[in-house]
Amino acid sequence: MVTFILRKLAAGVVVLAAISFLTYFLLYFSSANIARNILGEFASQEQVAAKEIELGLDQALLPRFFAWAGHALTGDLGTSWFTSEPVARALMTRLPVTLTVVIVSIIFIAIIATALGMAAAVKRGWIDKAVQSAAVIGDAIPSFVMAIILVTVFAIQLKLFPATSSISPDSGSAAWIASLALPVLAIVINGVTSAAQQIRSAVIKQLEKDYVRTLRSRGISEREILFKHVLRSAAPAGLTVLSLQFIGMLGGVVIIEQIFALPGMGALAVQSTTMGDIPLVMGVVLYTVVIVIIVNLLVDLINGWLNPKVRVS
Amino acid sequence: MSEIEVLADQSDVGQKGTVVRSHVIKKILKNPMGLIAVGILTLVVLLAILANVLAPFDPNFANIGKTLANPDSTNLLGTDSVGRDVWSRLVFGARTTLLSALLCAAVAVGIGLPAGLIAGYYAGKFDGVANWVVNILMALPGIIVLLTVRAAFGPSVWISMVAFGILLSPGYFRLTRTAVQSVRNELYVDAARVAGLSDASIIARHIFSVVRAPIIIQTAIVCGVAISIQSGLEFLGLGDPTVATWGVMLSEGFKNVYLNPTLLLWPALAIGLTIGALVLLGNAVRDALEDAEKIKPAKRGSVAALNSRTAPGRTQNEAVAAGTEHHLVKVSHLGVGYPQADGSVKKVVDDVSFHVDRGEVLGIVGESGSGKSQTAFSILGLLPEAARIVGGSIQFDGKYTVAPTDDSVSQSRLSEFRGKRISYIPQEPMSNLDPAFTIGHQLVTPMVRVLKISKSEAKKRALKLLDDVGIRFPEKTFNAYPHEVSGGMAQRVLIAGAISCEPDLIIADEPTTALDVTVQADVLDLIRDLQKSLNVGVILVTHNFGVVADLCDRVAVMQDGRMVEEGDVREILRNPQDPYTQKLLGSMLEGKEPMTMLVSAGASAGGADNEKEAGL
Amino acid sequence: MTRTQGKRSAVEPQGENILTVDNLDVEYPLKGFRRKPFRALTDINIHIKPGETLGLVGESGSGKTTLGRAILGLAPISKGTVVFEGNDITQADRKQRRSLGRDLQVVFQDPYTSLNPSLEIGDILAEPLGVQGQSPEAARKRVRELLDQVGLPSDAINRLPREFSGGQRQRIAIARALALSPKLIVCDEPVSALDLSTQAVVLDLFLQIQKDTGVSYLFVSHDLDVVRHISHRVAVMYHGEIVEQGTAEQITRDPQHPYTQRLLLASPVPDPDRQAKRRDERHALLEVQRLEEASTLPVS
Repeated sequence: MVTFILRKLAAGVVVLAAISFLTYFLLYFSSANIARNILGEFASQEQVAAKEIELGLDQALLPRFFAWAGHALTGDLGTSWFTSEPVARALMTRLPVTLTVVIVSIIFIAIIATALGMAAAVKRGWIDKAVQSAAVIGDAIPSFVMAIILVTVFAIQLKLFPATSSISPDSGSAAWIASLALPVLAIVINGVTSAAQQIRSAVIKQLEKDYVRTLRSRGISEREILFKHVLRSAAPAGLTVLSLQFIGMLGGVVIIEQIFALPGMGALAVQSTTMGDIPLVMGVVLYTVVIVIIVNLLVDLINGWLNPKVRVS
Repeated sequence: MSEIEVLADQSDVGQKGTVVRSHVIKKILKNPMGLIAVGILTLVVLLAILANVLAPFDPNFANIGKTLANPDSTNLLGTDSVGRDVWSRLVFGARTTLLSALLCAAVAVGIGLPAGLIAGYYAGKFDGVANWVVNILMALPGIIVLLTVRAAFGPSVWISMVAFGILLSPGYFRLTRTAVQSVRNELYVDAARVAGLSDASIIARHIFSVVRAPIIIQTAIVCGVAISIQSGLEFLGLGDPTVATWGVMLSEGFKNVYLNPTLLLWPALAIGLTIGALVLLGNAVRDALEDAEKIKPAKRGSVAALNSRTAPGRTQNEAVAAGTEHHLVKVSHLGVGYPQADGSVKKVVDDVSFHVDRGEVLGIVGESGSGKSQTAFSILGLLPEAARIVGGSIQFDGKYTVAPTDDSVSQSRLSEFRGKRISYIPQEPMSNLDPAFTIGHQLVTPMVRVLKISKSEAKKRALKLLDDVGIRFPEKTFNAYPHEVSGGMAQRVLIAGAISCEPDLIIADEPTTALDVTVQADVLDLIRDLQKSLNVGVILVTHNFGVVADLCDRVAVMQDGRMVEEGDVREILRNPQDPYTQKLLGSMLEGKEPMTMLVSAGASAGGADNEKEAGL
Repeated sequence: MTRTQGKRSAVEPQGENILTVDNLDVEYPLKGFRRKPFRALTDINIHIKPGETLGLVGESGSGKTTLGRAILGLAPISKGTVVFEGNDITQADRKQRRSLGRDLQVVFQDPYTSLNPSLEIGDILAEPLGVQGQSPEAARKRVRELLDQVGLPSDAINRLPREFSGGQRQRIAIARALALSPKLIVCDEPVSALDLSTQAVVLDLFLQIQKDTGVSYLFVSHDLDVVRHISHRVAVMYHGEIVEQGTAEQITRDPQHPYTQRLLLASPVPDPDRQAKRRDERHALLEVQRLEEASTLPVS
């Protein structure tokens, strides 16, 4: 078990290094006019040159990358080129907002999709048809379009929820929850139906297995077969869907946050990339990838716990 | 250019694949959802192609004097905040959107498909490296990467879409690789290798045809995702401001949502409808292909769709059918059928009657499709959901589990017997144990539930049972998972499970068919010993007359859902009356002169008549 | 170990044999760093003469299928030689295989997966002909002959495999093997997936074809009855080795190896009283073998 986790972690570190370098490599091409952009139009040629040396822009790709990586290893992600705010601090104030939206959404999706998917698989009939039709709608409308629709209808027309929110998490919980309702709803509507469909087909596949028939022949109740045996065997398929959705959400939430003016990582990501704020971009990418690696590790661990065959190897 | 054209293209690839493929297209168009999808996509494609003709204005032409106007005869859908014509922008937006979606899909297919083919077919190092790259790509949140790419290369729709195509290529890679791996070891690919076909021809001829359909479905989905992401980026204002796209229109509408919400309506509708049509098309293709595949198991399970008008069984065993005497299990004139799409009922069991008493072994013999397993499952109440009882009754110990008027097995009445007084030994040992639980757990739980005993007592009994069925280290097996034991051992475990609740009747469905001959002999010995010592009734379903001779007291022979003969085992095996029984016994190899013809006099074509011409 | 096991084929004249396999080992590399490869076959020696059938019998995992695949170039040979018609084909490349395909063919066990479900029967049968460069017209003509030879209607050409029953599919697979009039056909459990009555029909077809064309068979099966019925000589495989080889008569009447003895008595006969007798013989044999094993164990 310990070696399993260590191996996965080692692989994660390699992935992290590869992605960091790749991102740095891409950004290297964008750094031509950065110093000028930071100083503004009226700065002199000398000032620009001095700034370039200060930021290390005069150096080649590899030395620059290794300098950055060396600092990053000690936990120092540098400071933003434009605001001079330390990158780590900027990220730590934004991350809770983004993670709250994403985690709350994925929990809702997991619960609702499992319930719907199992109901559709076991009862078939109208529930099944409803889930399938809803899945088409869920797939057809991107989460940000759904967010726009929700804002227009519930916030602007009906005025039931705040349209935008600059409320921070620590300012009164009621207002905070209200401001989260619509963003989470938009993400959940988009994700829940396709997850439900995947769980449905995984459950149906398990229900058709021979061992289910044998369990029935032994006098085990339908309920126990469903919740103990079938759900457990169908879980890895569901977890895979949820983890992919989670990764997708980390990106998708960028647009959602813009729509609701939520002070999360999204705004930071958009600003830093449009301006070419390399330390900040690297910070955003690094944090996102670390989250993804942690999520994938968790999924691997749960799958190993669920499936004895994986556990052995 | 839409999916329709892609489909049409595909149909011309394999010269002989055409027949099937055109069926698929027909099926898609017959499916109302498929038709709607194709209709919407055709419309969007036409809009995009004819944009120059259909749009009265240049998409960027701004009439400053007429902003946020309501629809009128010049501006069909009104104007936006700087006076640009909404209809014109919508039409040109269709072009950008479709082209970018196609570019993204093309890049994704172009990378994912060949890589998947190579990795799946040759495996080895390339496979390892490719998988590693794929794992990295799949760990990347799309929009963050696209933002980075934009920072590096500037606001170009096309570069973003190429980058996004690369990000989506793992989907195709995995799809192709899995499909190829499943086909690579198919026997027909081996046959092609033996024939000397080159790898390229094998891939083109046998393997590509397998991934074609999933690729089309995946492409529909990918195009949808690409449109959604592309609109999202444009919405964020990260696109090229000079290009009219639905995303830019959304963003523009959202800024003016308090002034004119209809500006939001049109691009949102366009995006929703286009992606929705793609999703529907993907579903329609999948349904059409699944339909085509469904024919296979029907033919395979085989044979002779009896329709409900068939005459009653040839042989009636009066003593069984008419009697009112008490038996452990009594099946009278049982009929089982499956309702068909056209309203008829396909009968798989027709007018079958027999009985079994305690301490007695009845063999039900027949070939595949004879209805022998269906008969056994009716007694257990474990028929597939679609099955209907179309006639007759089943009594267990005097109580009806299928009353003469029932059209299905009464689960509530049966639940008082099943697992308690009736138990089941399945055919495939491995697939009948839940791989996620230990063998001990799977033995203990039913005992706790059925016999209402404590867990520790159940464990004690389970260990004793494992010892009884001849497992040498019961404790070790008790703690093992199913994949850790051999097939023969797993079958012993299942037999232990079947006798754990001290049943009166055991129904064994081909209990030794999946085992090696020497293991089969051991398991037959075990069943015989247990049957004697527990004095249970056994219904043994088998195709093997040797197994019948080894275990059974009486035997019933079934053909095409009917019972053709029933009686004492020596009677039937030595002196069969029915021509079908005679033919079956005549096909046995035991005691035949080697190297002689078994059924045909010598003409090679003669055999054709002896075989059921299913499906022809 | 026993009289017929081992190097018998090496002593006999080579010229007569259509196939000679000498000291063959097959090893599958296992995943993982520096793991020892899995040895599927050890020191296999067999030979087949023109017009002869060698039956190969053994339990699942005994390596009988692997031996057939090794001869066809579908399993990794790590030691030994396969000589077919005087040519060493142990490590034949794809080009050599192509010309070999004319004389060496195969019929697989599962008639459901051995035919590509999306190709019409005509195309399936024409595949080996096309590889050998026959024109489509000539191939079409040959396909008709083949369908006739295996007793299928000629309108089968334009149908898909799923329209045929298991037995009919197996005939199609046999027709494909026959397309180029081969000299040896490797038959890998060709009747195990078939019903009893269909099995009889297909066995008849195999015998008829051999009578008509003089083809040789390597006939792999788990069923000793089937092998005894169709083979001139029988080789018994156990744990990747051939433990006994001889005429069908010798093997079934006077088996030498303990496994063959067990195998012979394990298969039940369709008569209760004779089966009861066989059962008793089997129990007696198992008892004897158990005692022998117990007495030899401390020594070895």
